[in-house]
Amino acid sequence: MNSFLSTLVDILSQPAILVALIALIGLLLQRKKLSDTIKGTTKTFVGFLVISAGAGILGVALEPFGAMFQEAFNVSGVVPNNEAIVGLALTEYGTTTALIMFFGMIVNILIARFTRFKYIFLTGHHTLYMACMLAVIMAVAGFSTPALIAAGSVALGIIMALSPAILQPFMRQLTGHDNVALGHFSAVGYAISGLVGKAVKGKKEVVSTEKINFPQGLGFLRDSTVSIALTMAIIYLIVAIFAGPTFIQSELSDGTNFLVFSVIQAGNFAAGVFIILAGVRLVLAEIVPAFQGISTKLVPNSKPALDVPIVFTYAPNAVLIGFFSSFVGGLVSMVVMAFTGSVIILPGVVPHFFTGAAAGVFGNATGGVRGAILGSFVNGIIISFLPVFLMPVLGDLGFANSTFSDADFGVAGIFFGSLANYFGTMAIVISLVVILVLMAIPYKKKAAAKN
Amino acid sequence: MKIMTVCGHGLGTSFMVEMNIKNVLKELGVTGVEVDHSDLSSVGPGDADVFFLAKDIAEGGSHLGEVVVLNNIIDMDELREKVTAVMKEKGLI
Repeated sequence: MNSFLSTLVDILSQPAILVALIALIGLLLQRKKLSDTIKGTTKTFVGFLVISAGAGILGVALEPFGAMFQEAFNVSGVVPNNEAIVGLALTEYGTTTALIMFFGMIVNILIARFTRFKYIFLTGHHTLYMACMLAVIMAVAGFSTPALIAAGSVALGIIMALSPAILQPFMRQLTGHDNVALGHFSAVGYAISGLVGKAVKGKKEVVSTEKINFPQGLGFLRDSTVSIALTMAIIYLIVAIFAGPTFIQSELSDGTNFLVFSVIQAGNFAAGVFIILAGVRLVLAEIVPAFQGISTKLVPNSKPALDVPIVFTYAPNAVLIGFFSSFVGGLVSMVVMAFTGSVIILPGVVPHFFTGAAAGVFGNATGGVRGAILGSFVNGIIISFLPVFLMPVLGDLGFANSTFSDADFGVAGIFFGSLANYFGTMAIVISLVVILVLMAIPYKKKAAAKN
Repeated sequence: MKIMTVCGHGLGTSFMVEMNIKNVLKELGVTGVEVDHSDLSSVGPGDADVFFLAKDIAEGGSHLGEVVVLNNIIDMDELREKVTAVMKEKGLI
């Protein structure tokens, strides 16, 4: 009996098997055909192992980078990239991540069903990444495993409902209706960009970014493999030149020319992310449709919160302006960090492209060209400095030379991490209860007006 | 026949459009059409018969062959119209 139990525990503590079981439950609940059920379960199982494989390659590329950066500048350099950090974290926190994701989605449905926060967060990869970060933070905070999963799931469900909610006033202004929400965990940055836009609007007529002629042709940067490989090559080369050939060739590259070595490692970084993306796609293929199907059944008049490119088509010029402006914000922040001697957060093209672009769209919606430029610039500063404060609460993972890139990860992580640091795990539990109670209070004014 | 939806990361938007296309196909009563999603880097002309892309990444997918460009990726009416057109062209309805 004991050996049976320990086998069972072994099975369930394998995250790949666990996510496959979650997918299986979802498929059975949807009463899918047997062939589809087998296919989906297997794909999810393999997908998780693909993520681990990608993380391995990524680790090979990141380790020498950390050493080179340390040698060159005497501080640690960090490349924020969600896929990279999640890939690395899942090797240790896979099981708790999978369980937090599963129960977090249930909490999201419950919140949407019983409170005025009707948002169903459908951007599955961000749900997975947030689950992963919460698994790390709750573990570092000192929860035991069952409590960790409970606290993580409730926190995830709350964040899934709140993140779209804080942005919804700006979404309404942008889209002209209230049917769709934005499900992308950088909402704090977008909302601030919207506020900045409002503040700088001025008294004259607002000029929209879409009224000006802006050169197109940077669409190839949307291809994430290309943009990651190119920017990482530039960053690696600069760091390599500062670290010098002697150090790299004797310590890291085993004699290979230091510039060649750097370009190959940059390629390895992009290759690792590419593989992780493929794995994430496999893992989510069954879970997201199941979540969507079940939530639309259980929550009448729910609002789907969808991935960030849904706002890009509203202002294509603002997308490009926002990217540039946010990236400049990241560069300025990097210079400031160099002078203050803290860790240095390098501006990654992927986070600045996606979050900067959306910040540009929201800044433009409230404040025209000026709003787009300044709003996304502020976004760039926010997503550069939040990781500085996030990394200390991530335990060992804070030394990984990569970290979570988008604003809501920083805000949520710093919030729960500091609560644990200053007041212990009980403070996290109390804060979760208080937030839930506040969310459950119906918004009286509006309800009265409606009646 | 196979339809592929494509976006920058191949995780969120393309997946959403895939699910919406499947719903449209169900409405139309079309069966036997495979729908999948991918990112700009991985996808190649041989991966599907028709590719659905959002307007903002359309230039990045110009090498794919038969491409349908969506002006507004959350507009179900536009999607229904364009999927129906493709199905008519392929003789499936």
